[in-house]
Amino acid sequence: MSNNKTKASGSFLDKMNNLTDTNLLLTITIIIFFLMYIGAMIFQGGGFLKPQQFFNLLNTNAALIVLACGLSLVMITGGIDISVGGVTALVSMCCAVYLDQMGGNVFVSILIALAIGLAFGAFQGFLVAYLDIQPFIVTLAGMFFARGMTTIVNTKPFNVANEAFTKLKMARVIIPGLGSANRKGDYIDAYVEIGVVVALIVVVIMFCLLRWTKLGRSFYAVGGNRQSALMLGINVKRTRFLSHLICGLLAGIGGYVYFLHVGSGSPSHATGAEMDAIASSIIGGTMLTGGVGNIAGTLFGVMSLGTILQIVSAAGLGEAWWVGITRAAMLCLFLVVQSVVMARKKKA
Amino acid sequence: MKDNIVLQMKNIHKSFPGVRALQGVDFTLRKGEVHALMGENGAGKSTLIKVLTGVYSKDEGDILLDGHQGPVAIHSPQDAQKVGISTVYQEITLCPNLSVAENMFIGRTSGMGQNWKKVNADTDKILRSLDIPATATQQLETCSLAVQQMIAIARAVDMDCKVLILDEPTSSLDEQEVEKLFKLMRDLRSRGVGIVFVTHFLDQVYEICDRITVMRDGQLVGEFEIKDLPRVKLVSKMLGKELDDMSDIKGEQKSYERKAGAVPVLEAQGRVSDAGIKPFDFHIDKGEVNGFTGLLGSGRSECVRAIFGADRVTGGTIKMNGKPVKINKALDAMKNGIAYLPEDRKGDGIVGDLSVRENIILAQQVLRGFFKPFSKAKQYEIADEYIKLLSIKTASADTPIKSLSGGNQQKVILARWLFTHPEYLILDEPTRGIDVGTKVDIQKLVLKLASEGMSVTFISSELDEMLRTCSRLVVMRDRKVVGELSGEDLNQSKVMSTIAGGDK
Amino acid sequence: MQKNEVKKSNENILMRMVRHQMFIPLLALGLLAVFNLIADPGFFKISLGENSAGNPVLSGYLITILDSGSELAILAIGMTLVTAASGGQDISVGAAVAIAGSVLLRILCGGNSRPEELAAPIIVAFLASCVVAMLFGAFNGVLVAYFKIQPMIATLILYTAGRSIAAWINNNELPVITDPALSYFGGFIPGVPIPTPFFIAVICVVIIFLVLKFTNLGLYTQAVGINESSSKLNGLNPQLIKIISFVVLGLCVAVVGLIKVGRISTINYSVIAKDIEMDAILAVALGGNALSGGKFNMAASVFGAYVIQFLTTTLYKFKVSADALPAYKAVVVIVLVVISAPTVKEWFGNMTKKLKVKEVA
Repeated sequence: MSNNKTKASGSFLDKMNNLTDTNLLLTITIIIFFLMYIGAMIFQGGGFLKPQQFFNLLNTNAALIVLACGLSLVMITGGIDISVGGVTALVSMCCAVYLDQMGGNVFVSILIALAIGLAFGAFQGFLVAYLDIQPFIVTLAGMFFARGMTTIVNTKPFNVANEAFTKLKMARVIIPGLGSANRKGDYIDAYVEIGVVVALIVVVIMFCLLRWTKLGRSFYAVGGNRQSALMLGINVKRTRFLSHLICGLLAGIGGYVYFLHVGSGSPSHATGAEMDAIASSIIGGTMLTGGVGNIAGTLFGVMSLGTILQIVSAAGLGEAWWVGITRAAMLCLFLVVQSVVMARKKKA
Repeated sequence: MKDNIVLQMKNIHKSFPGVRALQGVDFTLRKGEVHALMGENGAGKSTLIKVLTGVYSKDEGDILLDGHQGPVAIHSPQDAQKVGISTVYQEITLCPNLSVAENMFIGRTSGMGQNWKKVNADTDKILRSLDIPATATQQLETCSLAVQQMIAIARAVDMDCKVLILDEPTSSLDEQEVEKLFKLMRDLRSRGVGIVFVTHFLDQVYEICDRITVMRDGQLVGEFEIKDLPRVKLVSKMLGKELDDMSDIKGEQKSYERKAGAVPVLEAQGRVSDAGIKPFDFHIDKGEVNGFTGLLGSGRSECVRAIFGADRVTGGTIKMNGKPVKINKALDAMKNGIAYLPEDRKGDGIVGDLSVRENIILAQQVLRGFFKPFSKAKQYEIADEYIKLLSIKTASADTPIKSLSGGNQQKVILARWLFTHPEYLILDEPTRGIDVGTKVDIQKLVLKLASEGMSVTFISSELDEMLRTCSRLVVMRDRKVVGELSGEDLNQSKVMSTIAGGDK
Repeated sequence: MQKNEVKKSNENILMRMVRHQMFIPLLALGLLAVFNLIADPGFFKISLGENSAGNPVLSGYLITILDSGSELAILAIGMTLVTAASGGQDISVGAAVAIAGSVLLRILCGGNSRPEELAAPIIVAFLASCVVAMLFGAFNGVLVAYFKIQPMIATLILYTAGRSIAAWINNNELPVITDPALSYFGGFIPGVPIPTPFFIAVICVVIIFLVLKFTNLGLYTQAVGINESSSKLNGLNPQLIKIISFVVLGLCVAVVGLIKVGRISTINYSVIAKDIEMDAILAVALGGNALSGGKFNMAASVFGAYVIQFLTTTLYKFKVSADALPAYKAVVVIVLVVISAPTVKEWFGNMTKKLKVKEVA
């Protein structure tokens, strides 16, 4: 009996060992996400049984999905970017001031968001790739700069009252057939916000980019072994620069999605968003050491983190500190799992 | 440029801070030849190759290529690839986290898109034609090292190169794989590719090469037809001295005889570590010099590391002077009077940014303990003493060790361990990559220490060096101790045949 | 490839000065001083006045710098060790200060958020906060040393959770201590016109210098930071030494917690010691210490801390709001890292070489 058992577990472990790093970590994440969500449906029921709960998860986390995609890209290339939260706040504030106080139009505000993101990405990418400065220090400075600039642009939080913008903000994409009745018994369609559509498009584009294009594979190559990548004839500097540039661009897009969701500007917007994005990427199986990661995993990472936080608040642990502690505990858990998995693999 | 010449390097200079790595080196490669680039470690071979492939930029000199007007500028590996120079390095320079096909094709063309189906099919075709046991979609890190090496070569071959540089490609391959590689090289030669072959296996040079260029201390010694340069001459050219000079300290060691009833200084039984060696027994007497020998990767370093507790020890006992002791980590060994000069000087030996003085006192300081630092004055006194004793060439005791030359760095590490006044000293490749003068110094020192009663284990990949210093050799093969030779048996052919195995 | 420069014998005094580790912080200090001197010489005035409690106190911008630079100087000590040993930085110090301060208040109050008298002596509460802060330091250290997670990422965990934990310890209440004894640590001891935090900082600096002189802490941390595997073969335990460096930083954090809480006799979890990690890292970098670890110069870090405070105070004087401050400091960081980047140095070196060649020609 016991003999049999060891054999079975042995072959299972073998299978796990044969998985590539990316797939191994991704599998862990997806399993954990489904276990958590199903667990929440069974033990907490209520809202979790309604499809809209799931779509709300997307609605609240759309911006985070975009930011996390950028983070995953940078981390796969072997870097890090902690300025994305700050950039998000700066983008919201600039767009808010432009739309509300200067009466600008929505299209230009989108261009402003993209320009800010690209500017951060380009500058940080230049310092990291061409001057070879530690990405953490560069983007730490970027984060403080963005936060500081946000308050310099405007100190007080305020809501945007721009007609065209409000229309865009309130736009909904109806998901047919998944609606549910509210307390009064009226049928309400399930919906997602425009931001979710943007986020999903970003996910698909990033997934394809990383999976199938030469540039995408270069990111993996550079993150896996920079020296080898150089020897293979990859332009390592340009690749690292592009990873930061795209991450900056996504921070701009994510910032606008965030702005679309909250509809206001405030210096305290997106506080800790960079940590959430990093945590999501790590939970999604992106290795901090570079070269390993998957955008699909990142998506599940964001959803897992969102679900955990929903479960925490649904369980009545409403106090603000539980959110912070849970978030950190998740991050800690997955970091340790990664470290242990990789140490085992190295030994084998 | 003459018709049959494909590559010419003229008067190449390259310096690093403190080192003149290349001093006016010329190199010529013809079409359809295998050209060996020979020299000892530190002769400048790798620097020359890295200049050629754009990893380093040269300080001076020209590179001329067939089909290019005037000197070509190579600033990066990409540039080198573009002009038809491909390189396969000793350490695998592929990306383990990508697939085989991706490794074959990435970085070769610009643009975004890639037809992966076609790439995979092409890759499979190349792999089959070269008889490489791998599939296109396999992740590279799941292949064995040898296969990875062959994939690297396949990549270079497929890139239609005019110049193929093989930098010690055979060091991780077994005999059959080497044969396969040679077949490939002959095939390429017949197609007119110029191949630069860097290796330290003399047999292979004489099996496949047409010409040899010898370098020493960053300078060109000369270019020779293979038939004009017998082995002995090649070795003496590489070492820069005639054969007779090399025997000047031969025979100074006494032949080894075990005194009846003598208690060995150190005795290990069934010692084994997690570095993948089989359990082994070992002993050494007072004043004895012995050595571990075997091919690269036979486990000789792992054995001494297991004795010293440098790797995680998983079994076996150790007795010092007859008393059982527990040695699980370096500090245990040090406390028991064992010193270990590691093989990888840069990675395991020197503490680069610290001064010569701090590097010398480090081990003894750790032994003294956290709360008993040497005073500054005492530190200088010690450092000056050892700098003089070993004639270490350094600007001052405060110079960072990393700015010293290899040989002097090694002397500093030696000073560090001598200062702990060990009973038993393990020297793992102390002479690798250092100049001949220092080598002889170190060998003499070893014999002197032994005559003063210290026990020394000496490991070197140069067999004659070991034959000159050791009175007993433990022979290893495939991570196992396979024999022990002393007295009459200590000669080149006997050692070789033991290393190779009795049944061959 | 070795990157150290070849020392040329004909190197002139100016070049040697420029290469010295203290050059950049001294230059920065000089620039700031000159700037202030031109903008408003009143910056350097020190006056003796009385505070609300009727004690004689010194006041003036310079005193402010010495006073509020104390926390930074103390944290710079620990940060220097962590940087040297682990080759990374601890970004959780601000959050850890919040935890230490929260523990301190919790024990002083004993559950009552407005205690009439202290529930425990200050020294007991301080020791408890030391223990807690050192435990959190050890937690970071274990993640870095045993799980081999990059220090900045490992400390990200505590950075994320720290302020929440601090709030949780006191059940999100904001206890207020009325006993003046606590405020001595953050303000003035009656009869002494110099702020107490300055004395605490001086004591810490003296202690660390004695420790560095009479133990091998310096040698060990540097050896581990420069070459871990070599240190291991020389009998050191790199893991333990890394953890010790984080624990020492934890101790520094507890001391800073005492000062911070002492200043206001209460705590604000989201604001206390906010962004101080940035300043502490900056102090280490400004002192000319490599952020990638290895060799360090403690005096330069401490000096760097006061230069940063000089900058902060100058910015405050020119009415820059506390929230906008990070933007200015970020610019300083970028300038610093850019001029100390090897690539830039090399480029600069090549430029001067070319210029010299031209002169000769």
